[in-house]
Amino acid sequence: MTALQDSRSGNPGPTATMKRYRGPGIQRKATGPRLKYGLTVAAFLIPSALPLLFFTIIPMFSAFWISLNQWNLVGPMKWVGLGNYGKLIGDPGTQGAFLHTVYYIVGYLPLVYIGGLAIALALNSRIKGRSMMRGLYFLPVVTSWIVVALVWRWLLNPSTGIVNWLLGLIGVTGPGWWTDPAWSMPSIIVASAWKDLGFVMVILLAGLQAIPEDLYEAATVDGAGRWRRLFSITLPMLSPSTFFVIVLSLINGFQVFDQVYAMTGGGPNNSSQVVVQQIYDLTFRYGRAGEASALSWLLFLFILVITLIQVRGQKKWVHYA
Amino acid sequence: MNKKPLVSLGLALTAVLAMSGCGSAASTNSSSTEKVTIKYSNFISNGGNEKNLDTIVQAFEKANPNITVQVTTLPYKDYATALQTDLAAGTQADTFDIEYANLRSYVANGAVAPLDGVDGSKYKQSLLQSYQSDGKQYALPSSFSDVVLYYNKALFDAAKVAYPTASWTWADETAAAKKITDSGAGVYGDFQNVSFYEFYKALAQTGGKFLNDDGKSVAFNSPQGIKAAEWLAGKSGTTMPTPAQGAGTPDFDTKLFKDGKLGMLHSGIWVASSFADSPKSWDIAVEPGDTQKASAEFSNAIGVSANSKNKAAAQKWAEYMTNSDVMAQTRIGAGWELPATSDDSVLKPYLAKDKPANRKAIFDALDNVALPPVIGDNQQKMVDIITNALGEVEAKRSTAADALKGAADQINALLK
Repeated sequence: MTALQDSRSGNPGPTATMKRYRGPGIQRKATGPRLKYGLTVAAFLIPSALPLLFFTIIPMFSAFWISLNQWNLVGPMKWVGLGNYGKLIGDPGTQGAFLHTVYYIVGYLPLVYIGGLAIALALNSRIKGRSMMRGLYFLPVVTSWIVVALVWRWLLNPSTGIVNWLLGLIGVTGPGWWTDPAWSMPSIIVASAWKDLGFVMVILLAGLQAIPEDLYEAATVDGAGRWRRLFSITLPMLSPSTFFVIVLSLINGFQVFDQVYAMTGGGPNNSSQVVVQQIYDLTFRYGRAGEASALSWLLFLFILVITLIQVRGQKKWVHYA
Repeated sequence: MNKKPLVSLGLALTAVLAMSGCGSAASTNSSSTEKVTIKYSNFISNGGNEKNLDTIVQAFEKANPNITVQVTTLPYKDYATALQTDLAAGTQADTFDIEYANLRSYVANGAVAPLDGVDGSKYKQSLLQSYQSDGKQYALPSSFSDVVLYYNKALFDAAKVAYPTASWTWADETAAAKKITDSGAGVYGDFQNVSFYEFYKALAQTGGKFLNDDGKSVAFNSPQGIKAAEWLAGKSGTTMPTPAQGAGTPDFDTKLFKDGKLGMLHSGIWVASSFADSPKSWDIAVEPGDTQKASAEFSNAIGVSANSKNKAAAQKWAEYMTNSDVMAQTRIGAGWELPATSDDSVLKPYLAKDKPANRKAIFDALDNVALPPVIGDNQQKMVDIITNALGEVEAKRSTAADALKGAADQINALLK
């Protein structure tokens, strides 16, 4: 996230800090200390830079190479240039996967943000046992997705699940959840929002605690009520945390996979097929690694553009104290 | 939170492939005294036959003291994915299990080595030939199996229905299933997966064809196809549990049968050894047909990797695992899938055993075999399209005619 923080205006970023530490060398000839300084920095960077190089950067570019070929993982590659990209853009399955992914984000993001904010506000007040409550809400975040997905599949079982049983008690016939194409994505959204609530809560809680108490005192003296304080102090002061949560949730949201794989496998009838599941299926089920690599790159570019727009747009609504 | 899922894994493997200089040249350098280790990756022993495989491995190592076999066993459901990933990275085992439907693609991509000097007379000829291409043998059949109708005698007795016989038709099966089903008690009459693997067979049972003779377009979009789809999908929710009730999850059907809550089960002979005395009294029959009989036959084979460094030793193991007496005896003793041997006398002790009493049905079923349609690289895509379409019919979101029309269009596009 450092890159994002650096871009905020008026903040002395690492570049400024580095200049200050550039040693005593006023004259250009002083290469000794500079070299030493460079080597020191390199020594600190290498442990994280090497894995990044081998497991992210090199695979990314080899994926680009694969994306220009037709390849079934087993036989030789066949050069097709940008053919895979053209094929994907016109393919209804890929368009569907992007649409379903956007559907997921549109459902998931408000739910997890408002839910997380409500819990953070509640746990920021002086209630009994709040440390324990914070821990409890965070528990799903550190639980394996496979476990959570199976539990939710069971809770949302259309015929024997507890959710439909409870709905039945109040006279509502529960939907088919993950067996019904109209409800498979809502099922995944509910499970995902529940699991990530704790994460959003922790970030927002930290933001809440950084808001100076005297702002509230001054506002109260001026006669501001509860809601007025929430909308005029808390939310604007919380905007950097909100920005962080939204950027991160969007990036993760476009890469949604585990819960889909474990809860519906993209079904029924492809109604919950998302982009990463599509990449997985193309590679490992259908032996179309070229198309899958092209789709990975399309997804990367998509996320990059959306994130850049957000970083640009933040000036309008994010307030740094 | 910030997981880069399997994509990164796949790409990392690609990088490995690029660096290792794809497909190292194979050298056959196993002289008889040199000690070698060969790897064998399999799914056939998974789920109860691991010890039996171990028995065969030990016998082989005793007979060939200079060869060690290193076994990796994977569940069937993960096997194809794992093998494909290994093939991409060049890290596949020297010998590995191959299914009939995948052989074509492996041969076309040069993943398996042709095997010379195999004594073909030891194998059941039809099976041996199905693993040949352009006159070369690319894999050796290790076993064969088929699908039969299991039935719980106690439930038939309670419902006062006569036991299934070889002359049963779909109508008989439906009538019996309806009488046995008692949803209040959680008892169901029938279970048959609503999937591609049952569909091509049901299609043959009602006299239809999956592909046209030239193999360039599909033929299942026909009155017979609709009848087959309706036969399978129509069971769900009437005489058979629905997906929401658990149908389709692993081991659901066999567990229901073991618990004595299922009248009839369409399943492969590989599950027979797990039933033993639960339910108490059960037997098998040839699956009912509609206008004709058709049973699914499956076979597995072992191939030698084209990039193996010890091809001679690997082939030795592949031959031992597919035609040795120890293998045949072990399989028959354990009631594992049957050895693909040409010697019928080896199979005699299998027929003599009880539970199920009507073992003859396993061989009778082979008189009318329906083989799965094979289309090469898009095989899995085709399987998924059919299973998806049937799922829509099962959930009553689509008529059989519409669903099959949609599936036909998609598969025809793949065949172009």
